[in-house]
Amino acid sequence: MSLAASVRVDRGPLTVELDLEVADGEVLAVLGPNGAGKSTLLRVLAGLLPPDDGRVAVGAETWDDVPAGVRVPAHERRLGMVFQDHLLFPHLSVTDNVAFGLRTRGRGKPAARAAARDWLARVGIAELGDRRPGRLSGGQAQRAALARALVGEPALLLLDEPLSALDARTRLTVRAELRRHLGEFPGSTVLVTHDPVDAMALADRVVVVEAGRVVQAGTPADVSRHPRTDYVARLVGLALLPGTGEGTTVRLDGGGRVAVAEEAAGPVFVAVRPESVALWPARPEGSPRNVWPARLVSATPHGSTVRCELDGEVPLLADVTAAAFAELGLAPGTPVWASVKASDVAVYAR
Amino acid sequence: MRRRSEPGVPLPLLVPAVLAVAFLVLPLAGLVLRTPWAELGPQLTSPAVGQALRLSLVSATAATALSLVLGVPLAWVLARSRARGRSVLRALVTVPLVLPPVVGGVALFLVLGRQGLVGRWLDQALDVTIPFTTTAVVIAETFVAMPFLVISVEGALRAADARFEDAAATLGADRWTTFRRVTLPLVAPGIAAGAVLCWARALGEFGATITFAGNFPGTTQTMPLAVYLALQQDPDAAIVLSLVLLAVSVATLLLLRDRWLTRAVR
Repeated sequence: MSLAASVRVDRGPLTVELDLEVADGEVLAVLGPNGAGKSTLLRVLAGLLPPDDGRVAVGAETWDDVPAGVRVPAHERRLGMVFQDHLLFPHLSVTDNVAFGLRTRGRGKPAARAAARDWLARVGIAELGDRRPGRLSGGQAQRAALARALVGEPALLLLDEPLSALDARTRLTVRAELRRHLGEFPGSTVLVTHDPVDAMALADRVVVVEAGRVVQAGTPADVSRHPRTDYVARLVGLALLPGTGEGTTVRLDGGGRVAVAEEAAGPVFVAVRPESVALWPARPEGSPRNVWPARLVSATPHGSTVRCELDGEVPLLADVTAAAFAELGLAPGTPVWASVKASDVAVYAR
Repeated sequence: MRRRSEPGVPLPLLVPAVLAVAFLVLPLAGLVLRTPWAELGPQLTSPAVGQALRLSLVSATAATALSLVLGVPLAWVLARSRARGRSVLRALVTVPLVLPPVVGGVALFLVLGRQGLVGRWLDQALDVTIPFTTTAVVIAETFVAMPFLVISVEGALRAADARFEDAAATLGADRWTTFRRVTLPLVAPGIAAGAVLCWARALGEFGATITFAGNFPGTTQTMPLAVYLALQQDPDAAIVLSLVLLAVSVATLLLLRDRWLTRAVR
């Protein structure tokens, strides 16, 4: 039942042109900023938006084939979709919401209700079946929406920012549950998100989409460790510096040099994790081979640390403890020295 | 939610505002004051009044039913279809809203009258004559009142979140199933409000009815026509009949306010 899609959609100034393949049981995360074309892609896969060109096939079935003039309408596609704000029908009980898809596909009322109740139990809200969606919490509603999408045993599951409407704590729980259900789901899953944590936690593979095109693809670990665009680097909290490798030194495109542990040659990316950057009030003595003068641009609380954005010859992000931040007397514009060990710098080919 | 009232309304605004209230309320107060309460019982139970009242209720209800059957699908087309010329269509549909009802009556007569475009064919082929029948009353009222329903339902459809319909499509519902099982329940409050508005307008219809259906007691003489006729022969009867219509209007308003207009769409 694997998904193979290669589509082009013209949306005014934005052209979305994407190739995707998702195997059975695989979860593909489509990660990207707002307006990158992620939701457009899902609408095309769901049949809610006709592509301007290309093909969409799931298993042996062709759902869209623009050159051949094939187009299966949304309601004839065997898919389940979970929307950001769940879109449970407000006039139906939770059970009837989950049973809706079975009823439209011809299942009798008692059978559809029984299957719906089974699924409500599986997502852990068996006791809420008689309620109206308006009386559910965000997490409960999203669980019901997942049950509604999965109850029809779809070949393709589409998740459109399924966790972004939830508060931080609920999100954590629902994400863990979603991970379990995705693990049990035999079909292909496409998850659209702008949250790298969702992508890392839920997906087997990640494609990063910017301005309608794939800019990076790989496993979550690979994408988070070796970002290829500023957007991804920012998402995963790395400073990304393009440059040219010359042995164990990289000459940066923006000026300056970075010492690295592994030898590198030709065009490369240098990625520096914020927690490996140390800040000093004066030029530090001793071992670090990378020491640069910098200036603080901004500081924002980030968990138990303060994330400092630094400007200078080498633009960096640095995480320092609140105590160290206070000791250094940092304020926007303060000059500081930043140091990084060569062994803490990741370098990889561009 | 009460806003803090600013002290002192400027005089140039206050005086006209008070005059406007007086202008709108005084005639109605006068109607109530002049009501011959002693005659109320006998007047209301007189066969002529009962006949007009019954005819009014039946024809307004039939016109509302007809408007629902035809108007809700039209509202859907206006709100949801991507067909070209929708703005032209909407303009055409709303013409009866601003058209003097008498003109509507004349137009209906020209089309459905015995010599009319459609009426001639109905008369010859089917032996059906429409003008000056109760059917004509219902048609005249529908012509005048349906646009109220269409506009109101179209507004409700536009306000309703169309993504619910997308969700229904991903759950295997074709557009007709989606309309029945999702869209219709979602906009039900809007449809109800539109139906009440339509019914009230049909109940008060005068111009198109008297032009197209005439003024025959028992078959086409509705309450407004009866009021008009009574005013010339028996003013007290006219007042009583007017009071009944006023009561129905106020009841309609209350119904709309309490049941639908203030109930926010979730």
